[in-house]
Amino acid sequence: MLSKEEVINIAKLARLELTEKEIEKMQKDLGSILDYIDQLNKVDVSSVELESKDVISENFLREDVVISQNPETIKKMLNQAPGIEGTHIKVKEILT
Amino acid sequence: MDFAKKTIKEIQDGLAKKEFSALELCDFYLSQIKQKEKGIDAFLQVDVGGAKKQAQIIDDKIVKGEKLGSLAGVPCAIKDAILVEGLNCTSGSKILENYKAPYNATCIDRLKAQGAIILGKTNMDEFAMGSSTEHSAFKITKNPHNLSKVPGGSSGGSGACVAGGEAVFALGSDTGGSIRQPASFCGIVGLKPSYGAVSRYGLIAYASSLDQIGPMAKTAQDCEDVFKTIIGSDEKDATSFPKDKIIQNLDLKIQGLKIGVPKEFFGKGLEPKTKEVIESVIKKLEKAGSEVMDVSLPACSFALECYYIIATSQASANLARFDGVRYGYSGIKNQESGIKNLFEVYSKTRGKGFGDEVKRRIMLGTFALSSGYYDAYYLKAKRVQALIKQDFQKAFKKVDFILTPTSPFPAFNIGEKIDDPLKMYLSDIYTVPINLAGVPALSMPAGMDNGLPVGLQIIGKHFSDLNILQLAKLIEKL
Repeated sequence: MLSKEEVINIAKLARLELTEKEIEKMQKDLGSILDYIDQLNKVDVSSVELESKDVISENFLREDVVISQNPETIKKMLNQAPGIEGTHIKVKEILT
Repeated sequence: MDFAKKTIKEIQDGLAKKEFSALELCDFYLSQIKQKEKGIDAFLQVDVGGAKKQAQIIDDKIVKGEKLGSLAGVPCAIKDAILVEGLNCTSGSKILENYKAPYNATCIDRLKAQGAIILGKTNMDEFAMGSSTEHSAFKITKNPHNLSKVPGGSSGGSGACVAGGEAVFALGSDTGGSIRQPASFCGIVGLKPSYGAVSRYGLIAYASSLDQIGPMAKTAQDCEDVFKTIIGSDEKDATSFPKDKIIQNLDLKIQGLKIGVPKEFFGKGLEPKTKEVIESVIKKLEKAGSEVMDVSLPACSFALECYYIIATSQASANLARFDGVRYGYSGIKNQESGIKNLFEVYSKTRGKGFGDEVKRRIMLGTFALSSGYYDAYYLKAKRVQALIKQDFQKAFKKVDFILTPTSPFPAFNIGEKIDDPLKMYLSDIYTVPINLAGVPALSMPAGMDNGLPVGLQIIGKHFSDLNILQLAKLIEKL
């Protein structure tokens, strides 16, 4: 079971504002999910190498060059932001 | 003319012989939607104008005698996690309620290039997190076989619209069973392709190392026709592979086929009737000359625990992009929120924009990745995942395919599991191991339990997708 303080701290790390009621419910829900997940401790993984060769371990790389984008698409994307100035997106102050 | 039963091939033939026009076919499906949506609620958005326009273009091509694509005039529906330029794309979430897709997902470009007609976007659990579509922020989709039951999830809208005759095929996405489980519940065919077979570009990410887009349709042949259209490498998804990686054995026969049956998928929690239906299909295969043998996948007993760490961890990182700064709902627009700084833009936007299940999974993932817990949770889960992969590799040295039930039970009642997250998670117990292993798997109708479809899951080795489809076609004929 997680403590209330732990739930509040995780919510802060996750940038989620939770209500008092949500915190309480989260404590209960996460508690029972973590109890269930703890069954993983029964598995012996001491022999497992994480870098084992995989069928899909092939890399597809491309040159690190700028690929120009359709200006219309860029405009459409920028216009979804709540505030823009020219081609920049406006944000609230970062340091307070 | 009754279009509802027509397969992709029959549609192609009919158009070529001018038995009907693409617009007639499109109008038929639009009227089906109009009639049936009141009961089923599969769609979040229907693009009547766009669909008709696309159909008209196909008809013009036919008149001019131009060459048609392999899906020309075929009306389809797209899960709302996949971007279709110009249409809203919500991923079932309030946080993206007014988000309009500025470009097409690669699979959509490929469908359109072959002439498919996009009818609309289908309902889903918010950000694909759920097994019943009840976690959609907008509506509850019902199972066409029984409107008091769920269609499964998270691609429940896609499953229900195909089963209800509202589209010829649909695209879904599958991270832990989200194509196969609704295909099973709705009595249709759904393929979760090999990881890397289909580009994920333009799919709103849930857990990137597990997500795959795949087809859902009435028949295995229809699934194959769609699958062949959407596969192949894409420079916008570095995990996508060239088409020729996918093997196909056209001579595949039931006789002499080695079928593996894992006891881990037939134990506690499996409903007797579901077990009976699946075992009867396996018996039929054996009678037709397949060699059926036991295989063991011991690490799969821990797949669900492993999945809920890996998937939620990746989700907590992926969903960080919904921050109220660039798109979607933003707390800034809400005067009452009294936002003072950027931190509050993030936390208030996300606190209001996300639903309960999404919050739960973000919290779980954030916890599993947090300092002091990373080794005990995420790394441990990655190691168990490696064991699961090894289990499948070992089994596929012995057998050609593995057969299991898709879900331990048929469609459940609306509201039955919504208040108990763990109970809901258990409906994916037979599907999550496959995503963790990265291998392809398909669900197909195998029989009925009290008026509800039971799905058979066929699992194959990596990139054997077309062979799985081939076997499904053979089983359909048994």
